[in-house]
Amino acid sequence: MECEECHERPATLHFTQVINGKKTEIRVCEVCAKEKGYINYPEEGYSLHNLLTGLFNFDTSKMENHTFQQVKELQCTQCGMTFSKFKQVGKFGCAHCYETFSEKLDPIFRRVHAGNTKHSGKIPKRAGDDLQMKRRLQNFKEELQHLIEKEAFEEAAEVRDKIKALEKRLNHLEEGDNA
Amino acid sequence: MTLEHFMNDAISPWMREEGPDSDIVLSSRIRLARNIANIPYPILAAEEKLADVQRFFQKEYANKSFDQYQAFEFIPIHDLSSIEKRVLVEKHLISPHLTKHTKESAALISENEQVSIMVNEEDHLRIQLYLPGLQLRQTLDKAFEVDDWLEEKVDYAFDEIRGYLTTCPTNVGTGMRASVMMHLPALVMTRQINRMMPAINQLGLVVRGIYGEGSEALGNIFQISNQITLGKSEVDIVEDLESVVNQLIEHERNARNMIKEESSTALEDRIYRSYGVLAYSRIIESKEASNCISNVRLGIDLGIIKNTSRNILNELLVLIQPGFLQHYAKKTLTPKERDVLRASLIRERLQLEK
Repeated sequence: MECEECHERPATLHFTQVINGKKTEIRVCEVCAKEKGYINYPEEGYSLHNLLTGLFNFDTSKMENHTFQQVKELQCTQCGMTFSKFKQVGKFGCAHCYETFSEKLDPIFRRVHAGNTKHSGKIPKRAGDDLQMKRRLQNFKEELQHLIEKEAFEEAAEVRDKIKALEKRLNHLEEGDNA
Repeated sequence: MTLEHFMNDAISPWMREEGPDSDIVLSSRIRLARNIANIPYPILAAEEKLADVQRFFQKEYANKSFDQYQAFEFIPIHDLSSIEKRVLVEKHLISPHLTKHTKESAALISENEQVSIMVNEEDHLRIQLYLPGLQLRQTLDKAFEVDDWLEEKVDYAFDEIRGYLTTCPTNVGTGMRASVMMHLPALVMTRQINRMMPAINQLGLVVRGIYGEGSEALGNIFQISNQITLGKSEVDIVEDLESVVNQLIEHERNARNMIKEESSTALEDRIYRSYGVLAYSRIIESKEASNCISNVRLGIDLGIIKNTSRNILNELLVLIQPGFLQHYAKKTLTPKERDVLRASLIRERLQLEK
């Protein structure tokens, strides 16, 4: 079918207009649709950024519906970023936003990072001493679980001792911080 | 200001050394995104805040040296002419983003141009480090050293669960983008690259042409990088990337050998024609130039063209860019004028090899 406006290009878009209860159907090509203002495209076209914000919106829509009544718009107390603004621009305003929007982030991260929501990688050196210990502790605990399942009790006992030692050191560190 | 030396050479000093697999891999790069705790990100921060950040890095790091990286030059982007900005972007020393979004952005670039630290980019800090050829692990180790060096004086925005907190959710976690620049002319000639791209994308990696718009890869140069930054450690990400790159290298080598065996005269013809165009043309557009440069480089790698250094590819590809041409001419040029100057610079550069 050819475009009803220019009669040159094939009609690829189909609009239904209702004016004063009267329904008219229009079949046009993309160029004419743009010219006549049936559709609005941003000038630079569809960027990765649009794609991302699209993902955010899609993913959180369900959650929002049922939390909408109870929760007012989430807003970061540090930088003023609201959750709807965040969805729109696809960027955080500051580090605190991560905390503010915390409960809504997992589905977004899962989509962007192939199902992952937790960091496993470098930890800042200076700030990270006890974090690094916690990470090791976590690894030992997983190992312990694994060994118990395999009924390798002797090795499990060794790992258990390591866990105890680490926990002791961590407690010391935290007490030291408070002192 | 010693900005001049960054401007005058199209090729960065570190590129002059040859890295592993340098017949195919031009460079390895690691980029780390970092933010300073308790300061809003550049997209939202007040100008005074960003000016503070800029001043801090100027005071603490300008003209400092670390390890083998000598005399970091502190360059406020605001002070650059538009042509100078373009040259730094064309040399990949700074990102286009850095030149556009805030008045308070700056770059710290090491003398050998191997390390550049962008200040007030999308994140407060973008650390990038290059090595020639395929050596992602080494690049990662070195980038970590620079990261630790900065961290001595900076509190990073970091969370135990989410990792390094970045402006864009696509960078959170490691904040790392590892990438490899590859010259893949034979995979393009045999059209294999189109079949391989979707498979590579499925592995969470991105392939894109650089120097070119959209999907077009001028000069048959591709950049392969990781997409995922959360949930996998930097080392795992780099190893996955490296294994894919190694496969691409193998396929490219096989394709090169196949073309050489099955259509050697046609290949030689193509390479020598390209050489002829570069050596004798008086007007040349960047697209044609890039293709010819790619062919000549392939000729060098296959031993068909002798006594010409491999570096000529990296060098010419920067030399023929609009910003660099205009910097060389010391004035703004129309596209036509650029085509003439481009042809003349390429001829001169080829003469040097003789």
